[in-house]
Amino acid sequence: MSGHSTYEPKTGFTRWLDSRLPIVRLAWDSFVDFPTPKNLNYWWTFGGILAMCLGIQIVTGVVLAMHYVASGDGAFNSVEHIMRDVNYGWLIRFVHANGASMFFLAVYIHMLRGLYYGSYKAPREILWILGCVIYLLMMATGFLGYVLPWGQMSYAGAVVITSLMGALPVVGKSITTWLWGGGAVGAPTLNRFFSLHYLLPFMIAGVVVLHIWALHVPGNNNPAGVEVKSKKDTIPFHPYYTVKDGFAMVCFLILFAVFVFYMPDSLGHVDNYMPANPLQTPAHIVPEWYFLPFYAILRAVPDKLTGVLCMFGSIGLLFALPWLDTSKVKSMRYRPSARLYFLIFILVCIGLGFCGANEPDQKLISGVSGFQLLDYNLNSFVWLSRLLTTYYFVYFVVITPLLGLTEKTLPVPESISTPVLSGAAALPKGASAQAEKKG
Amino acid sequence: MLRKTTVLAAFGLALAFMGVSAHAETERPLRQVSWLFKGPFGTFAKDQGQIQRGYKVYHDVCATCHSMNLMTFGDMAGKGGPFYDPKYPNPNDNPKVKALAAEYKVADIDHDTGDATTRPATTADRFKAPFANEYAARAANGGALPPDMSLLAKAREGGPAYIYSLVTSYENAPPGVTVPAGKYYNPYFAGGLIGMPPPLRDDAVTFDDGTKATKDQEAKDVSAFLAWAAEPHQDERKQMGFSVMIYLLIFAGLLYASYKRIWRNVGH
Amino acid sequence: MANTVVDTNPHEDDPNRRDFIHIAAATAAVGAVGSIVWPLVNQMNPSADVLALASIEFDLSKVMPGMQVVVPWQGKPVFVRYRTPAEIAKAVADDNAPMKDPAPDASRHKDGKPQWLILVGVCTHLGCVPNFALGEYGGWLCPCHGSQYDTSGRIRKGPAPLNLEVPKWDFLSDTKVKIG
Repeated sequence: MSGHSTYEPKTGFTRWLDSRLPIVRLAWDSFVDFPTPKNLNYWWTFGGILAMCLGIQIVTGVVLAMHYVASGDGAFNSVEHIMRDVNYGWLIRFVHANGASMFFLAVYIHMLRGLYYGSYKAPREILWILGCVIYLLMMATGFLGYVLPWGQMSYAGAVVITSLMGALPVVGKSITTWLWGGGAVGAPTLNRFFSLHYLLPFMIAGVVVLHIWALHVPGNNNPAGVEVKSKKDTIPFHPYYTVKDGFAMVCFLILFAVFVFYMPDSLGHVDNYMPANPLQTPAHIVPEWYFLPFYAILRAVPDKLTGVLCMFGSIGLLFALPWLDTSKVKSMRYRPSARLYFLIFILVCIGLGFCGANEPDQKLISGVSGFQLLDYNLNSFVWLSRLLTTYYFVYFVVITPLLGLTEKTLPVPESISTPVLSGAAALPKGASAQAEKKG
Repeated sequence: MLRKTTVLAAFGLALAFMGVSAHAETERPLRQVSWLFKGPFGTFAKDQGQIQRGYKVYHDVCATCHSMNLMTFGDMAGKGGPFYDPKYPNPNDNPKVKALAAEYKVADIDHDTGDATTRPATTADRFKAPFANEYAARAANGGALPPDMSLLAKAREGGPAYIYSLVTSYENAPPGVTVPAGKYYNPYFAGGLIGMPPPLRDDAVTFDDGTKATKDQEAKDVSAFLAWAAEPHQDERKQMGFSVMIYLLIFAGLLYASYKRIWRNVGH
Repeated sequence: MANTVVDTNPHEDDPNRRDFIHIAAATAAVGAVGSIVWPLVNQMNPSADVLALASIEFDLSKVMPGMQVVVPWQGKPVFVRYRTPAEIAKAVADDNAPMKDPAPDASRHKDGKPQWLILVGVCTHLGCVPNFALGEYGGWLCPCHGSQYDTSGRIRKGPAPLNLEVPKWDFLSDTKVKIG
């Protein structure tokens, strides 16, 4: 989309290489001279942060795999061997475990950015869908990885998620037996989960390459949601965005370091420091925090199969978003009503997470006795989950399509450069601000 | 501006909720101790004597029933450990842990005859478990399994505070609660009925450094020792953390200055 | 500059100029990468449990005169040989004979106890375990490519470049040694 490549190999070697495999040219065109909108804010740094997270997880993961033993007898102790005996093993383990949480934190911010600024809208639908694919692969990888330490919570998580397949009619039981490699989650399950956990991140890396390619065809979206009109709207990716992304990455690493060095177990669960015991399930099973909202959706629905469908549907709906949203205006900066519903959506997601962390029948507001409504007391986390789940689906299926047709939007700037010129500074002498037209 | 603050507020809320987990079975708050190893600047090295005494309590009292299968004698002479001595940077040369190890006999095979025999333990050997296997442990303890203590402080909500509270709070059962034979009432144990009899009493052990061995002191010391045993590299982790944070803050500052310089003439 | 235009004074404000701050930031980045690389490399070095098995103790009374016992140490075989006076004399007599890796017999055992020879039983050619008391020199013969060692463990014939390695070892008492 940048048009003519500006790469000019200067040395004999680079000219020779360029005529045989223009890989340096590709890197130059994609990451050095790539014309990037000049108004990108810090929400746009999370793509680079995610790439860094993927790199960190792969490097620490490959290193951990040099010491990890994927057998039912050896797994738990091999993790402790890493923590106690392997040089810097404790550091590599804590980076990998907390890195998974940081990876999900970054991906949620990245996705919310996409929702707010309409980055999923034409012509970036495939970019968005590839992103959803990456998200699914991340969830699978995270689930598989959490099973590997073979603690009580690892085992419980494996049991719950694989048992979900049992909800499928006709083939359910065969599929679960096939997944388990036996009559229940056991050593064969662990071994295959390790193999898949090692494989999936490389598939993620492949889809990330496609994701960046799909981005570079139309170019980046920007906070104004207005497409690039001329060269005035863009600046080269290097050095402007390399340094900005670098700064954002280091700030992210500061948060990462606080977890790794000062509260490395805070995002985990104490029960996972007990070896898996198939004969005794922990009192309260919870997945890792990044799965809590989906756990809440799953438990909100009384029927097992419908619950599973709603849980997967809540992610599947994301794939359809480019076609559910009817708005002509991309960025919620100029869509005040959409902003409000979006804010509620974020609070709903956080609320669902909160619900997922608690037991369904636990009292929502202590001291209030409430009353029985159908299968649960109204003053319980189940009914809150049901309320929040309803909003989640209504937001995508009802609100988003309707809003695009009925909302009143603010005037959209003519171009990226226009709001700058009518704002402060950097006005060349003699220029005048252009009048903003209604968008 | 409103959008930024609301999203940041939402994020802050999310962070707060992450700390919310399933509440403890019992509602009594844990008994608090001001440990020298707690906090970002706390270390076990600050009071090596405490974890030495804690090992003594484990060795004399707890090891009768509780294994600690992941701990080797040499580990105790590593940096931050109870018997670390700067004169012996290689923990396998440390005479104190070599002597502690040699007190135990571990299974071995006689190379000449092939028969099972025993040999004195070395620093490479793990702590000897009191029972041969889980079944023997349960048989000796009325069906209950005394948990392994290698990770106990990390496998319980509250860690050392939980262990300290549990071990010092055996009480009479409240009215309406019957305590079956072989069980004891403890308000901190999930369900209230624990199979372990009160393990500590005044002067259950004699401390080598002369500290008065009250039940409370023994409880504090053994909890500290178990907190160390659950993650022997804790001290190193926090010390490295300090250097890393300083480096990252400076690095962020440099990058910010670089960023500002590069962008200073771009209207954006 | 690039294929975009920035509102700047091109001479003074080229963002690609090597200002000190950019060099400082880049240096900090290089430092960060370096300090990250070290743990990732060091984790492959022997771990604490492997290092704990670095030394073993051995009871010499298990070895008959003229015989050797093979002791496993760090995953390798170690020859503990109780040499007869004849074997010692033969080794000393050859001290000045031409050999690939010259070494006097006295340098290969502890002072005053020439009868005890402790060597790592790994051929210095390509790593096979030499056979006891075979070969012309009465020491060891390696079955893989025919290297022959004498009664002091020195390479005398064949492709091996160096003598059998003498590991770090010490007497703990008259009858006990610590290897490693």
